[in-house]
Amino acid sequence: MSAVPATVHALKPSRAETGPANPSAQPHSYATEKPLYVRARAPDWLPRVIAPLIGLALFVALWAIIAKAGGRLPDPASTWHSAVEVFGNPFYRKGPNDQGIGWNVLASLGRVGIGFGLAALVGIPLGFMLGRFRFLSDMAAPVISILKPVSPLAWLPIGLMVFKAANPAAIYVIFVCSLWPMIVNTAVGVRHIPQDYLNVARVLNLPEWTVFRKILFPAVLPYMITGVRLSIGVAWLVIVAAEMLTGGVGIGFWVWDEWNNLNVQHIIIAIFTVGVVGLALEQGMILLARRFSYE
Amino acid sequence: MTERYLQIDGVRKVFETKKGAFCALEGISLDIRAGEFVSLIGHSGCGKSTLLNIVAGLLEASEGHILLANREVTGPGPDRGVVFQNHSLLPWLTCFENVQLAVERVFGATEKKAAVKDRVQRALELVQLGHAEDKYPHEISGGMKQRVGIARALSIEPKVLLLDEPLGALDALTRARLQDELMRIVSTTGSTVLMVTHDVDEAVLLSDRVVMMTNGPAARIGGVLEIDLPRPRNRLALAGDRRYMALRAELLEFLYRKQMREAA
Repeated sequence: MSAVPATVHALKPSRAETGPANPSAQPHSYATEKPLYVRARAPDWLPRVIAPLIGLALFVALWAIIAKAGGRLPDPASTWHSAVEVFGNPFYRKGPNDQGIGWNVLASLGRVGIGFGLAALVGIPLGFMLGRFRFLSDMAAPVISILKPVSPLAWLPIGLMVFKAANPAAIYVIFVCSLWPMIVNTAVGVRHIPQDYLNVARVLNLPEWTVFRKILFPAVLPYMITGVRLSIGVAWLVIVAAEMLTGGVGIGFWVWDEWNNLNVQHIIIAIFTVGVVGLALEQGMILLARRFSYE
Repeated sequence: MTERYLQIDGVRKVFETKKGAFCALEGISLDIRAGEFVSLIGHSGCGKSTLLNIVAGLLEASEGHILLANREVTGPGPDRGVVFQNHSLLPWLTCFENVQLAVERVFGATEKKAAVKDRVQRALELVQLGHAEDKYPHEISGGMKQRVGIARALSIEPKVLLLDEPLGALDALTRARLQDELMRIVSTTGSTVLMVTHDVDEAVLLSDRVVMMTNGPAARIGGVLEIDLPRPRNRLALAGDRRYMALRAELLEFLYRKQMREAA
């Protein structure tokens, strides 16, 4: 439940949310009518909190109806009880194949973190170079264009072949899928630096390192963060699939394991967990992006 | 030497375009004395900004050369302070940091931190923005941004101040106020100034000499007008001044009779 207010808060600045609220507010701004209406009106934020709650409630209701209609889909109540149990003890260990959901999530996040961090280390400097030097960019363009649309999972066999182990292979897949958005966005950012800023650097004859620190890097940062955001979204999508294939500890593996145990409630819990963690990653990046946006 | 502080000598500029060579400037020669305020005026597209960019070192002359205090200009450098039309402040730096970037570059190696800080503050106070030093560019008005730009250009104690339509993007009232401000600043610092403008009143009010450029392609200097109005000048007093109106009329005559653009 605690995730709900967070969602509402994060959506607040978007235009679509604030748009419809304004026209209804307008008639009340007339000074003469004000005393009549003010007392009866609900606060502005109320519908924005209620709407998502209604949405979630409808979703759960639909789920309950479908579960009741038959099939093997567990109903919300039993899933909730199961979830309370699962999250009641998230950090237990009973051997390599039976660990708490906390460990599984952390294992997946760890893989994403490492693969993604390596991708940033390679992708961002590479993006800077491709953005700065036309020739390099033309050189890299065909390779990037061909490899970018490939499903990251297609790289898994090659990872397994090279590393001969599941864990590095999964990290490697994350690395590959995070790499492209980071390279492309950084390069685009470098290419879009306004000429005015570079002219400032030129007329002052600033040293190369100062130009990088004070002009290039801050100018490219918003683009870089966009790249990072896209990458982390893709990485989190991919890790679940990769772990299903490689096994070990991880939320993806947990899903597959519970499928083998025919514990559908746990699968649904896993789906929600993946969703909430993905949402948290995304929102974190949006907050970061807002911190570094100027104007 | 003071007679020929900034020398523009036989400058010609040809741009290579897809449609072939385009000659923007032809045979431009101009000497500017130390402490003199010279304006370049002409219709848009006549190459006055190109000339300023050549002096700034951002563009290279195809022929001819520029001498500043007897040294040839070979590229951009902090001995010339440039104010761009669209302020060009870095949005992620405060006003203080924007000016500091320039001061640090020129005096950072030889002066202590406190001295550098002092220079930045003095530059901002010169343009009367000492109170806004911690503001970011998006938090201040267009006129204030342009003043920070002027502070940044002056903070490095340049040999010459190059203004590329510095007030062109501002509304008329703000522009008038900044013109007065600019007059005050230049008379305090005794700067040598080369300014590009398309505003006749601005040119007459601020300048010691106005250089009138002919229309391009291959723009030349069509004439130089000495503005022999005594300083300090007051825009209200000048509004009815005979000499002022005569000078203004002469400029208008040049721009709208002799150099009327056929198409525009």
